[in-house]
Amino acid sequence: MMQEGLDDGPDFLSEEDRGPRAVNVDLQTDAMLQVDISDALSERDKVKFTVHTKSTLPNFKQNEFSVVRQHEEFIWLHDSFVENEEYAGYIIPPAPPRPDFDASREKLQKLGEGEGSMTKEEFTKMKQELEAEYLAIFKKTVAMHEVFLCRVAAHPVLRKDLNFHVFLEYNQDLSVRGKNKKEKLEDFFKNVVKSADGVLVAGVKDVDDFFEHEKTFLLEYHNRVKDASAKSDRMIRSHKNAADDINRIASSLYTLGTQDSTDLCKFFLKVSELFEKTRKIEARIAADEDLKLADLLKYYLRESQAAKDLLYRRSRALVDYENANKALDKARAKNRDVLQAETSQQLCCHKFEKISESAKQELIDFKTRRVAAFRKNLVELAELELKHAKGNLQLLQGCLGILKGNT
Amino acid sequence: MADTARDAPPEQTDFHELEDGEELFPEPATTQESQPASLAAEDISTNSNGPKQDSLFDDDPEDLFAEATEEVSLDSPERDVLLSDGPSPAITPITPPTSVITPRIGHTHDDMFTHSSFDEIEEEEGGDSFDIHISVSDPEKVGEYMTSMSLFKRNEFAVKRRFSDFLGLHSKLASKYLHIGYIVPPAPEKSIVGMTKVKVGKEDQSSNEFVEKRRSALERYLMRTVKHPILLKDPDVLQFLESSELPRAVSTQALSSAGLLRMVNKAADAVNKMTIKMNESDAWFEEKQQHFENLDVQLRKLHTSVESLVCHRKELSVNTAQFAKSAAMLGNSEDHTALSRALSQLAEVEEKIDQLHQDQANADFYLFSELLGDYVRLLTAVKGVFDHRMKTWQKWQDSQMLLQKKREAEAKLQFTNKPDKLQQAKDEIKELEGKVQQGERDFEQISKTIRKEVSRFEKERVKDFKTIIIKYLESLVQTQQQVNKTVSDIFHHN
Repeated sequence: MMQEGLDDGPDFLSEEDRGPRAVNVDLQTDAMLQVDISDALSERDKVKFTVHTKSTLPNFKQNEFSVVRQHEEFIWLHDSFVENEEYAGYIIPPAPPRPDFDASREKLQKLGEGEGSMTKEEFTKMKQELEAEYLAIFKKTVAMHEVFLCRVAAHPVLRKDLNFHVFLEYNQDLSVRGKNKKEKLEDFFKNVVKSADGVLVAGVKDVDDFFEHEKTFLLEYHNRVKDASAKSDRMIRSHKNAADDINRIASSLYTLGTQDSTDLCKFFLKVSELFEKTRKIEARIAADEDLKLADLLKYYLRESQAAKDLLYRRSRALVDYENANKALDKARAKNRDVLQAETSQQLCCHKFEKISESAKQELIDFKTRRVAAFRKNLVELAELELKHAKGNLQLLQGCLGILKGNT
Repeated sequence: MADTARDAPPEQTDFHELEDGEELFPEPATTQESQPASLAAEDISTNSNGPKQDSLFDDDPEDLFAEATEEVSLDSPERDVLLSDGPSPAITPITPPTSVITPRIGHTHDDMFTHSSFDEIEEEEGGDSFDIHISVSDPEKVGEYMTSMSLFKRNEFAVKRRFSDFLGLHSKLASKYLHIGYIVPPAPEKSIVGMTKVKVGKEDQSSNEFVEKRRSALERYLMRTVKHPILLKDPDVLQFLESSELPRAVSTQALSSAGLLRMVNKAADAVNKMTIKMNESDAWFEEKQQHFENLDVQLRKLHTSVESLVCHRKELSVNTAQFAKSAAMLGNSEDHTALSRALSQLAEVEEKIDQLHQDQANADFYLFSELLGDYVRLLTAVKGVFDHRMKTWQKWQDSQMLLQKKREAEAKLQFTNKPDKLQQAKDEIKELEGKVQQGERDFEQISKTIRKEVSRFEKERVKDFKTIIIKYLESLVQTQQQVNKTVSDIFHHN
């Protein structure tokens, strides 16, 4: 049921990674794993996603199955990846944002309260508007959750994760509760420590040019994407506000048209009709900008953060490695606990090298994905804008012609 | 000053309406002396404003008259029109405010404002001056535009007026005409906050906008006033438009005692209105009153929505500009060259579009929003006129009741033996009978006037709205075309 909405949705991955469109073929094991969200239900304050899997992997009992998952369970899965040391060398696909219908619900409520102060037509119109908005937010959150799953399914290592398989297959509630206050507080402190550490670690100059460049690049890029994302949100909001105003103007003109006994009544009615139509187009433009631009930026904000996190982990491993080297030298000098120091140093070395190797590939893939996604979305956005702009112009000119003809 | 909006006026028909078969002035064909005062005013104009204007009025006044006479005799059927338009300080053609705005803002307006007016503002309170360029536009001459060019120029003159002068004019007209049923266009409102900012000398965007908004409002006010065939003939209006010096209108200051008195009167009126129960014998009036009530409500609502649109479009423009900058930065840091270029292009496009949004917001405002605001205020005047009719009726009824009482008293006196008192009563009754008759006449007169006024108002309203809406749509089309061009350019670059 939610499939058609996906066409509208953001496309953050290049074609190959996209779940429902292309079949994922794992060239190594020749097994397919395809994940999508086939349905979603919005209850009062929860959204229930139906995760549908098609796979030829031997791990699963069946070839095709579905489970129902909630947002918290996605977060659990994401966090399990982050906490897994084995995945330190990978860009962990960013967790989908929490479904947020608060704003929309508030508006619907306000509309209900203000029902007495507007005409029946106005009320029905605004209600339709808000319902469409609600639906759009709903489709978006479904798309975000799906993108997360698809990214995991497309990743050669993550797709084999046990937790992932449990997530996909276990048809009971995972009993993953949201973090309670204490845990949230722990998380908060962890983040503080991490960012402080991140600053320290970032100061360490990297021998490897590639990584040094990536570090500088990602830092700047991340900040600018953040800024662009915020500004694009504001711009789109203004656009929506203007469209709402045009809607109200159309209603007023309609009332004036029906009340007026002079020549003007036809005029008003025609202009009201025009504004109704242009308003729809304006709203459509804002919605397209939202999907193709704002969501794109938001997604890459999250992913560039995940890439930064990877770099941080690598730097951390590098620092550990260097410290282990120093400790080994000291131990050798004192000739105490040398074996221990050696093992420790070897572990650190191994860890660092493993991370470095996979990180390089991950970052290259990240760039490829990013460029492809931006290109696709920007081109589509431009094409849509042009289409709407032409449509708008036609409407305006048509109406103008009629009105001038009448006078 | 010929630079200001001299495009062939589209709405020439106005002047025929203006006409109404009445001649404003006696035949100019006679002597020069009997030339209407306004032509003489053209002389005045040479010394009224800054040096810029002088060059236009070098011509010998003698020639001026001679030529005018000549014109008149040439085209006798058009003489009426010339009479009504020629001497009288007629209206600038109804050009969209936007096209009028630009020459003024850049040109004289700034100069006037920063130099002389500033000094004047310092001394006076509640006043600022604007240069309203009034010119003669002769509809009949449009075809012969070239030949009548010189006449055209010479019939142009300018006077300096303060804001309080406009208010003074309105209050004079209101006191003369409102109570007999004429719809007097209301003057723009005072804004203490806006004015203070300007006085303090803040040369920022908002104070410039305030000044422009006020200038535009005053122009529309004046245009509406002179479009009214009765008001145009009023000596106060003519004096306002022509004389170089006007006595200061003292009673227009916002916080003056006169102002307070006006407010008290308004409140008293409102109370009275509630207590008058009129027997409406004429369904037309009732219907019209209802119609205007409804119109008022709807126009107010529409006005609010349009104001909100203006605000949001301005916001959109600002936010688009910010986004453009941000996208450019992003493009800079993107290390993939093609994508970087694409992002920069996006930024450029958005920047152009933001400017277009800004322009559109201005059009929204000056065309649409201000029109609505004007009509909301006009409707107040219309309602006021209906109220005056009720008051007139009340007065008539009161006199009638008084007469009745006096008659009863007289009848009683008949039985007493007081010849003086009887005579006095008879005299009073005679007086009252006269009053009653007058009251009835007044009532009928105001009813008649209102009918005429309402029909004229409705015609004006239909025309105004049609014109403005078409202009507004045209502005939307223009903006859209530019947006389309900008967007399609992206593809050409790619």
